Amino acid sequence: MTAAVAISLSVNGERVEANVLPRLNLADFLREHLKLTGTHVGCEHGVCGACTVRVNGDIVRSCLLLAVQTHNATVETIEGLSDSGEIADLQSAFRERNALQCGFCTPGMLMAAQDLLKQSPSPDRGQIREHLAGNYCRCTGYQAIVDAIESAAWARAGRLP
Amino acid sequence: MTSDKANPEALSALDRPNSYIGRTVPRPNLDRLMQGRGLYVSDVELPRMAHVVFLRSPHAHARIISIDASAAKQMPGVIAVVSGRELSTVITPWVGVLSHLKGLKSAPQSAIAVDRVCWQGEAVAAVVAASRAQAEDAAEHVLVKYEGLHAVTDMRTALDPATPVIHASLGDNLAFERIHDAGAVDQAFAESDEVVDAEFVFGRHTGVTLEPRAVVADWNVAEARLTIYQGTQAPHMVQNIAALHLGLKESQVRVVCKDVGGSFGIKVHIYADEMATYALSKLLRRPVKFVADRVESFNTDIHARDHRCKGKIGVKRDGTITAFEIDDLTGIGPYSMYPRTSAIEANQVVNLVGGPYVTGNYRARARVVFQNKNVMCQYRAVGHPIACSVTEGLVDLAAMKIGLDPLEIRRRNLIADNAYPCASPSGLRFEQLSHHAALAKLVQMMDYDALRAEQAALRVKNVHRGIGIASFIEVTNPSAAFYGVGGAKISSQDGVAVRLDAQGSVICQTSITEQGQGSESLTAQIVGSVLGVSMDRVRVILGDTDNTPYGGGTWASRGAGIGGEAALQATKVLRKNILDIAAAILQSTPGELDIVNNAVVKVADGAPRIDLSELARIVYFRPDTLPPGVQPELMATRHFVPREYPFAFTNGVQASWLELDTDTGFVKLLKHWVVEDCGTIINPQLVDEQIRGGVVQGLGAALFEKCVYDERGQLTNANMADYLVPMSGEMPDIDVGHVVSPTLESELGAKGAGEAGTAGAAAAVTNAVNDALKPFGAIVTEIPLTPQVILTALGRI
Repeated sequence: MTAAVAISLSVNGERVEANVLPRLNLADFLREHLKLTGTHVGCEHGVCGACTVRVNGDIVRSCLLLAVQTHNATVETIEGLSDSGEIADLQSAFRERNALQCGFCTPGMLMAAQDLLKQSPSPDRGQIREHLAGNYCRCTGYQAIVDAIESAAWARAGRLP
Repeated sequence: MTSDKANPEALSALDRPNSYIGRTVPRPNLDRLMQGRGLYVSDVELPRMAHVVFLRSPHAHARIISIDASAAKQMPGVIAVVSGRELSTVITPWVGVLSHLKGLKSAPQSAIAVDRVCWQGEAVAAVVAASRAQAEDAAEHVLVKYEGLHAVTDMRTALDPATPVIHASLGDNLAFERIHDAGAVDQAFAESDEVVDAEFVFGRHTGVTLEPRAVVADWNVAEARLTIYQGTQAPHMVQNIAALHLGLKESQVRVVCKDVGGSFGIKVHIYADEMATYALSKLLRRPVKFVADRVESFNTDIHARDHRCKGKIGVKRDGTITAFEIDDLTGIGPYSMYPRTSAIEANQVVNLVGGPYVTGNYRARARVVFQNKNVMCQYRAVGHPIACSVTEGLVDLAAMKIGLDPLEIRRRNLIADNAYPCASPSGLRFEQLSHHAALAKLVQMMDYDALRAEQAALRVKNVHRGIGIASFIEVTNPSAAFYGVGGAKISSQDGVAVRLDAQGSVICQTSITEQGQGSESLTAQIVGSVLGVSMDRVRVILGDTDNTPYGGGTWASRGAGIGGEAALQATKVLRKNILDIAAAILQSTPGELDIVNNAVVKVADGAPRIDLSELARIVYFRPDTLPPGVQPELMATRHFVPREYPFAFTNGVQASWLELDTDTGFVKLLKHWVVEDCGTIINPQLVDEQIRGGVVQGLGAALFEKCVYDERGQLTNANMADYLVPMSGEMPDIDVGHVVSPTLESELGAKGAGEAGTAGAAAAVTNAVNDALKPFGAIVTEIPLTPQVILTALGRI
């Protein structure tokens, strides 16, 4: 087995130094080493989107990225986005619209939604559905999620629906 | 929305000032889940916790010649490698049968295979290590020698004399057979103007919960107690089964269920690997954690709906349906699941076919056979999608044959809304359904005539759209008739305890569980409404056998109807107790007082007399100031189970509007409508979201989902890249409407809503595809409706 590698990165604004095996993926590093269990593991092969986090500003599947690849990187998880208040309005819209049931997909869903709204402030429903196409939700049937993101987008743009 | 409430008592308990009943309010505790601060079993860590990985059989059927774990045991971090035989000293095998399913048989199943494996994915050995990665590494070094045996895979030949018998002790591969004959079916067919038959084929599919099954078992040898952290729908059932097979008393087992990442019936069963994890904890005297990976989920989470059902319908030229007949065949894998059995789905198909319609002539046969594939068992809307697709498919075929509009044939044959109570030819008793009101509402919501006009206009342009309608009935609020009468220790009653705390807030413990449906919310809404306190003062505790009353949990669309009624009744008692004490404190009478907005008020003028926090302070800290002989009881417990009707049937109707690409065979869903009747609606938003989520699960089955096995019993698409699930891009918006016929069996009047969406979605889509195919003279009766199925029907491939 290959020896552990030292990595240094920023996670939710905090400096993290760690020694990790090269095979350790970012999702397991966040969950098992840093105890950031808001990042969920659903399929471990990059399809379900439950493990979505932000690395250097882009959303990625943390199950498909190795922890060693985040050396010197800035990583943000659902805990960080929640504490900074960056997605408070999205979370509020999800709450009002009941856009989550079991909640297991929700951290990844919120990550993907915020990514969309940063790129495209006024997406239509088709664009929202398209952007979420890599995030699996078994509970809601997606409509409530699309509604919530649409209403948050309208509110950010200062417009009425 | 129409409401017809005939129970005046309910008005007094529920229709109070500031009632939350019928109101959309956000669910409590969503922030925890949205901030990533929930606690799913996969998040649980305990001191000295070890991780188990199961080595699983690559063969569908094989004898285990030898297991050599010597190299694996030397691997870093390995604590133990345990075979089935070794584990059998700790845990006994089980047989998944129920006595009321006459003739149902199955073979003893072990936590880990002993001597023989019967499906690809059955556990052969457990590797326990300090980390999951280390256990996985070591598992690769366990050497198992197998001798391959003939794999029985095709349900159609499973009963042939030439096919080997999977369990010799059972004599054949037939697990269960049910035959039902009502009315005069042969005569009815003979007197029909047209008789139409078809074979309906359903793809085996599975639940794909986003959080895989997970369990942490913690045997504390010093306490002689096992604590099981598990995402289960039925904690008391798990407690009973674990105790039974580990040789413990139920009081020695505690089941804790925090957040659950999706269940849908997948997590209402007892799985062999979960039993093995409990046993390993006992064997190794330390906490052991098992989290299935996605491949294991596909290979071991129960599958469902692997049915081939021949159906026949008779119809007169005036549209009168004269009879239904079915012959259903289903393959359930090598064992009947435990403890709910794998005969229930076929049994439900027999129960439900023809259910919405008047005709009393009905004949059915269902056969359930063993095969060397993963086990099948109850999954959301058990049997309903089969029964609904067969019934509604036949009704549409009959309508097509006599040239009648699909709506019209239903109008002429659905049971009249004023014909209740009545019974179906299979013996189901209906208290009050509303098929015609629901259909009328659906027609209005979808603007049926306009859609037909649009369809006709587009057909000229070679654009092929279809409209599909599907009426359905749904089993909800099951009494002991479901499992209890068959000998299973699965409670059909639920209990709720409510108490006023020392600051005037309410703590409510309920035996129903939460997997996202909104159990906490509906309980808090009922308690808050009946007591007269705001919801933010109500804290709901569930999912812990040490800290809730005994009860069934959340499955079979029972949480609101049964657990909700228990909450209502318990809170009525607490309210009375509070008013008695308030009267004593205020030198008034209970009848002159009420509780509104967290305070006791005078009924006459609504004036606040004493805040609940002040009343609680006096009761808990200054009881010396109360009149002599007054003993306050600020905690009340009530249980509820339906006694009059075995099941509270609901009904509804769905419609699909879609476009078919006849060159590629692709289906594009454009819109979906549902009208359903679940009785009293506690939270409209939660009901609608249950319906929508259920519909999309049904749409997945209709279009995408299938566990593809080869002839050797190998599951060839056990991953999320190859097994397709509905994603946001392909799903339509879904409009939901309601008719409200409360059950009079409870004061609350609520029936279930969790499975209605799944029950009828595939039938509506299939009927819509056939409607779109009409100009081509092609018919499809197989789901999933893949491009291959559609192009084959069109004769293009």
